[in-house]
Amino acid sequence: MLPKAKLWLALTVAAVSMFSTNLQAAWDLNMPQGVTQISRETYDLHMQILWWCVAIGVIVFGVMLWSIINHRKSKGAVSATFHESTKVEIVWTIIPFIILILMAIPATRVLTQAYDSSESDLDIQVIGYQWRWEYRYLRQDSLEEEVSFFSSLSTPREQISNELPKDETYLLEVDNPLVIPINKKVRFLVTSNDVIHAWWVPDFAVKKDAIPGFINEIWAIVEEPGVYRGQCAELCGLEHGFMPIVVHAVPQDEYDAWYAGRQEQAVAAQAMSNSAITRDDAMAQGEAIYNRTCLACHQAGGVGLAPAFPALAGSSVVNGDLTANIELLLNGVPGTAMAAYARQLNPVELASTLTYIRNAFGNSTGDLVQPADVNAILEAQ
Amino acid sequence: MSAAHDDHHHGPAKGITRWLFTTNHKDIGSLYLWFSFAMFLLGGTFAMVIRAELFQPGLQLVEPNFFNQMTTMHGLIMVFGAVMPAFVGLANWMIPMMIGAPDMALPRMNNWSFWILPFAFAMLSSTLLMDGGAPNFGWTFYAPLSTTYAPASVTFFIFAVHIMGASSIMGSINIIATILNMRAPGMTLMKMPLFVWTWLITAYLLIAVMPVLAGVVTMMLFDIHFGTSFFNAAGGGDPVLFQHVFWFFGHPEVYIMILPAFGVVSAIIPTFARKRLFGYDSMVYATASIAFLSFIVWAHHMFTVGMPIAGELFFMYATMLIAVPTGVKVFNWVATMFRGSMTFETPMLFAIAFVVLFTMGGFTGLMLAITPADFQYHDTYFVVAHFHYVLVPGAVFSIMAATYYWLPKWTGYMYDERLGKLHFWLSFVGVNVLFFPQHFLGLAGMPRRIPDYALQFADFNWISSIGGFLFGASQLILLVVVIKCVKGGKKATAQVWEGAQGLEWTVESPAPYHTFTTPPDPKLIHAQ
Amino acid sequence: MSKTSRSATKSLVRKLLFTVVGMFAFGFAMVPLYDVICDITGLNGKTGDQIVAVQEPTSVGERLITVQFLAQNSAGMDWGFGANDAQVKVHPGEVKVVSYYAKNSHNYVMTGQAIPSVAPNEAAQYLKKLECFCFQEQVLQPGEQVEMGIRFFIDESIPEHITKLTLSYSLFDITDYESSEAAVTLR
Repeated sequence: MLPKAKLWLALTVAAVSMFSTNLQAAWDLNMPQGVTQISRETYDLHMQILWWCVAIGVIVFGVMLWSIINHRKSKGAVSATFHESTKVEIVWTIIPFIILILMAIPATRVLTQAYDSSESDLDIQVIGYQWRWEYRYLRQDSLEEEVSFFSSLSTPREQISNELPKDETYLLEVDNPLVIPINKKVRFLVTSNDVIHAWWVPDFAVKKDAIPGFINEIWAIVEEPGVYRGQCAELCGLEHGFMPIVVHAVPQDEYDAWYAGRQEQAVAAQAMSNSAITRDDAMAQGEAIYNRTCLACHQAGGVGLAPAFPALAGSSVVNGDLTANIELLLNGVPGTAMAAYARQLNPVELASTLTYIRNAFGNSTGDLVQPADVNAILEAQ
Repeated sequence: MSAAHDDHHHGPAKGITRWLFTTNHKDIGSLYLWFSFAMFLLGGTFAMVIRAELFQPGLQLVEPNFFNQMTTMHGLIMVFGAVMPAFVGLANWMIPMMIGAPDMALPRMNNWSFWILPFAFAMLSSTLLMDGGAPNFGWTFYAPLSTTYAPASVTFFIFAVHIMGASSIMGSINIIATILNMRAPGMTLMKMPLFVWTWLITAYLLIAVMPVLAGVVTMMLFDIHFGTSFFNAAGGGDPVLFQHVFWFFGHPEVYIMILPAFGVVSAIIPTFARKRLFGYDSMVYATASIAFLSFIVWAHHMFTVGMPIAGELFFMYATMLIAVPTGVKVFNWVATMFRGSMTFETPMLFAIAFVVLFTMGGFTGLMLAITPADFQYHDTYFVVAHFHYVLVPGAVFSIMAATYYWLPKWTGYMYDERLGKLHFWLSFVGVNVLFFPQHFLGLAGMPRRIPDYALQFADFNWISSIGGFLFGASQLILLVVVIKCVKGGKKATAQVWEGAQGLEWTVESPAPYHTFTTPPDPKLIHAQ
Repeated sequence: MSKTSRSATKSLVRKLLFTVVGMFAFGFAMVPLYDVICDITGLNGKTGDQIVAVQEPTSVGERLITVQFLAQNSAGMDWGFGANDAQVKVHPGEVKVVSYYAKNSHNYVMTGQAIPSVAPNEAAQYLKKLECFCFQEQVLQPGEQVEMGIRFFIDESIPEHITKLTLSYSLFDITDYESSEAAVTLR
């Protein structure tokens, strides 16, 4: 919970933002129609069932209301004595049954379409982590440079704790959005690293559970370019509410250019990873990474959340031997929530994060960790 | 008929031992009902924390971890602590009186099945004070979040669930034994009040599925402490197996919470419409078919886990079928009201609200059964709205209706009708303001169980929270009404309500400590 | 208590004990039973076929089917792990050999277990493995790198509409830290 001063600040910001959010917020009442054929058909199906329900409701509640108004004792109504009729019972068993069949036909048709397993143009492996997504573009050939990246919430923590006004895309923005071409069948192979997550983009009518040890597939053909946002839809622990999904759907040529750029970046990052960084850069980048990646568990000020998440402030590891600290960050701690970051962050980011945690929260090792230090250990492994 | 001229029996013992050692069905019924009300307030407090945090976007009051503990504890306490014990309490009070039996068949087990409950819930609630906090994995506790990734307190949660399960099973055995063996001469099965019928079927459901729940938590226990891999893919297990086993318990559990409610409403509507229940036989058959169907629809909670299309279609069709018997019930209630001579005392108001709002929950249930549409609804606030509509203005309203309906029989005094009506109207408005906007939130894409949300969800969340506070606060009126009514008021007659039919209305109010020590006159038993 | 009621009690207690033991055993029978159900329905892309070896095929079909190979590590498992071939094309009935690599970069011995899964899940029953590293646990010495093979073929009865299938391995850390030297290094 927040200290008092922060609480007042939070309340003020909340009061101000209430007015602004009221202005921005769309009064969305219904399911989005979306931008795929399946999403539109799902929407139509949803509306069709809804209208059936409304019609039945009007009739049933209508009869009831009419009885309530007219057959009340205060109006002198005398109760009738009938209490059964096999004929009527049969009628109101069969009519709903027929309506159900009328509902089941389009439902079956849409479901069959959604299960179509014909070949796709692009395959992307989606891996859920506590609490971010990893996207890996599957290659035709193992010699190609692989494009894969992690996609984490980019909303600043100050907005969540009400110290800064909230952006329009609050909680629905990420550092590295997924990019896909439009009008191409994109297949998502969904799995998980730890607990069950669910990958959901409402505009594609795509929702699939990410289950550790298993792979699930789902696909979409996006028809309109745009930015589409979704969220994790299965409770996956502490930060379940903070692992959004952002998909940029772009024309094929734009996608090709982006993909080539990503491949070049991957090569460049490898080359870059031995050049030195300055203390100021390291501290700034380290703080940003800490807030994005570590803060959920180790908390603001590195105070931790006992007993599962140890404090970094004053920690014997963080203030101790640098090599041991680097190894712990690279490899994680088996059997605990501490993940291995060797793949999630590049050497420059790893070095900056280490510099930051070893010199922040009252820790004062004075170390300036260089990407080369991290690389040395990565290579030795 | 009454115990007044029966010298072999004496009144209740004095002091605390009356309650600790009691084997009297009425005392145990009261214990269950008070316990359930206490749990209702505790679970309600957790709900208020949830709604307060969701009042505004951003994190204001609680940390995400505590928020998850609140959603988990709210669900567990409301399901196992509030709704289920309330119905067992009503069963204890009313079933022996409705079938003309002197007490429950197994009175000492009855005492035991109640008195283990406070220990179970004390253990469960104590996890809030433990290092690492209470269970935070949702009331559905999906593995591996509830095994490999669970806080240490999960073991206490498992034992608490074991005890609750034992209590429910004992309660059910008792109810079945009572109904099958202790009916008064002339009380044939098809003359039993529907409340007795629905409870008989519910008790069978409980006996069938509570061991499954006990089994699934025991498998978790083994995975956590003894190195098995039931739900761990690394050792050849499967996290999805957990969901299959859990929902094989979970879906019948939903009907365990609603079938007795059908029985309550089927008692109240004829009383205040002054007309016999329409289609008694079809009500019995519909209840039985719903109970049967509840065993073959569990995977509709898991449409997104990646089942083959044949599985998805089977569970979709089976789920849609439930609409037929449920529809029959609603039509029968409406037909009972049609051409009746209705008055609208508090129990009737709650019963009518039950029929309308439960039906709305049924409509959204039908929508959720449609697999492709469910891909969009699944795990969103649409689901939250759906099951709260069937559980709050469904199960909970029926419990309140039952309380107002039988309160004069229990206490011997009429409750304060004005306060009762106030309670009803505030609850009715509150519950709709609380849950109706959640349909919109879910359709617009808000996932459930999140402590903070994007800005486009702000308005409906704000409205929903206001409704939540209103609904929460108005429940205190019920407490006032009950306490006032226990203390005194206008004397109630034996019949209490002009249109009331059934054996419980043939004994004086308050019902004597021992009723039907000799069987009632068979002429008093009417066809339903 | 009379004799008859005592023996009745005894037999009731026996029945109840038997029920308890039976229910307990049923709990343990769940996983194999579930596997049987998965085998029949192809639920989850997990079938008995995925973890047991089968007989060699007898004939080769005409069609060409693409098989993709995926690898991912589960939480706490940081071996280098991946497929050496991104994908191969095979005829139904043709036996193929592909390989994965794994590297333990820790300074202690670790044990890994790979769990296979197939998408689309209806294809799972047609992917037959003759040999697979997932049939055994993999024990890797400090710094050791291994190549691990799979020999498989696609069953000829695979439906026409399946032209591509994905075989995915999740690698889990099943090292017994309690008793191994690794525990000493870590704590």
